Amino acid sequence: MGKKKWLTDDAKWGYLLVAPTIIGLLVLNVYPFVQTLVLSFSTTHPFGIYEISGVENYVRMFSSAEFWKATWNSIYFCILTVPVGIFLSLLTAVLLNAKIAGKSAFRAIYFLPMVVAPAAIAMVWKWIFNAEYGIINQIIGAHVNWLTNPALVLPACAVVAIWSAVGYDAVLLLSGIQNISKSYYEAASLDGATKIQQFFHITLPMVSPTLFVVMIMRLMASIKVYDLIYMMVDQSNPALTSAQSLMYLFYRESFVAGNRGYASAIVVWTVLLIGVITAFQFWGQKKWVNYEV
Amino acid sequence: MDSLQKNYRRNKILVYVFLTAGAVLMIFPFVWMLLTSFKSAGESVQIPPTILPENWLVSNYEEALTSLPFIRLYFNTTLLILFRVLCAVAFSSAAGFAFAKLQFKGKNLLFTIVLVQMMLPSQIFIIPQYQMLAKLGMTNTIFALVFPGIVSAFGTFFLRQAYLGIPDEVGEAAYLDGCTKWQTFTRVMMPLTRSSMAALTVFTAVFAYADLMWPLIANTDINMMTLSAGLSTLRGQFTTNYPVLMAGSVLAMVPMVILYLIFQKQFVEGIAMTGGK
Repeated sequence: MGKKKWLTDDAKWGYLLVAPTIIGLLVLNVYPFVQTLVLSFSTTHPFGIYEISGVENYVRMFSSAEFWKATWNSIYFCILTVPVGIFLSLLTAVLLNAKIAGKSAFRAIYFLPMVVAPAAIAMVWKWIFNAEYGIINQIIGAHVNWLTNPALVLPACAVVAIWSAVGYDAVLLLSGIQNISKSYYEAASLDGATKIQQFFHITLPMVSPTLFVVMIMRLMASIKVYDLIYMMVDQSNPALTSAQSLMYLFYRESFVAGNRGYASAIVVWTVLLIGVITAFQFWGQKKWVNYEV
Repeated sequence: MDSLQKNYRRNKILVYVFLTAGAVLMIFPFVWMLLTSFKSAGESVQIPPTILPENWLVSNYEEALTSLPFIRLYFNTTLLILFRVLCAVAFSSAAGFAFAKLQFKGKNLLFTIVLVQMMLPSQIFIIPQYQMLAKLGMTNTIFALVFPGIVSAFGTFFLRQAYLGIPDEVGEAAYLDGCTKWQTFTRVMMPLTRSSMAALTVFTAVFAYADLMWPLIANTDINMMTLSAGLSTLRGQFTTNYPVLMAGSVLAMVPMVILYLIFQKQFVEGIAMTGGK
């Protein structure tokens, strides 16, 4: 009898407590999601009027060179940032795990970009990369157009992205490394394994689940990069098409040009792209992620 | 033994060298921002560049402060963060508790909505969200800034994890003591999730402060902008006057950096907690 009362009471409170979140998600996310799908098949006119026009937006999108360039830019940005970023984060995490003084000070410094708005970060890096007076060109004594040369603009942005994320990723990896039982290392030391061997045979396999999470997170963030490029490459920059990511193109089409239908098609495409890349990663992880702890 | 010890010392020195070099690279842009912000426009473009300003000018700060309504930007950003954090923690705690500790029909389906929202990029919602806001006539308000973040799917997921970590016996004991479900939630269990709520607070605050696309879209009136959005308009006004841009950037980042320096441990651990899950 008591058990039954528990259940009904449970259900009543259950619905009541999830209600704000679920109603919020329905209004703010589920409905907009459906609406974006509808918009992507519609022609939009000013003042929010739209009419269903079939696959027109998609046809236009797939035949647009600018769109394909933006898709490539987003993928290229991932290629530039993810492997190098993960490597540096892992290196930093391993070094921070050593028995050293001032560990928390180092950790705090590496983490600092995380609490600074990307807008401010982009501003100072734009200054550092400035072709005429930037400190980098002053140091190397050359006039390199970091942000206006089509071949260099994305690599330059990638440097900033990696610099911004390295501390955050390192903190995540560090907590993964710290969860590894000390006994593995003690046993390995007794067997005469060097630090390098210990890294490849203990640390790397044991931290691989965390590494996988960080990688997925970083891939998703990189493919939908927007704010950094928006701030570093303004719309009058001659290298804009070489730097424009999918989300930047989306922003320009939807909120600058007012092509909401076309912009919706772009964002639907981006979601599909993220889905494919993530699925690919989950498939690939079987080969290198070790869950046997 | 002696050579081992030598090796050990050499390794340790190498670790310090690497970490220090990295730390210098991490700090340098901020130092450069600060130094540039005190230089005159002429000095900033001097070749070869000066490291320290010849005269420490505050005029760039005066100029940044008169070009942007910083007081308003601080105020708007503070309110945005405050409301987003309150909403995220309150609603996500309630939903997280219910999803973890209560049995009700359709629970899995409802939780699926939460999971799917978490995996989708926010941009897929942004056009209709803006259209709703415009229809309500609520653009250029504080409400507009908070709007897409009133509920947090991530927060729900994250706090559900925290409640799952509390043994069911705690709930049963509270029930036997005569606590109602509401009391079990608010008096018994919620206090046990304090560190997770703190982590969610930090996470929500940092991301609300960093967000750029939504504030730029929702509020186009300079007086209703956030620090990030305001800063991006400063870029258009002073395209080449970097000392003023740097002064503006310093003003925009200072409050968060001060908070970070005070609550450094909570920031780093909170973010590590939300990311690792």
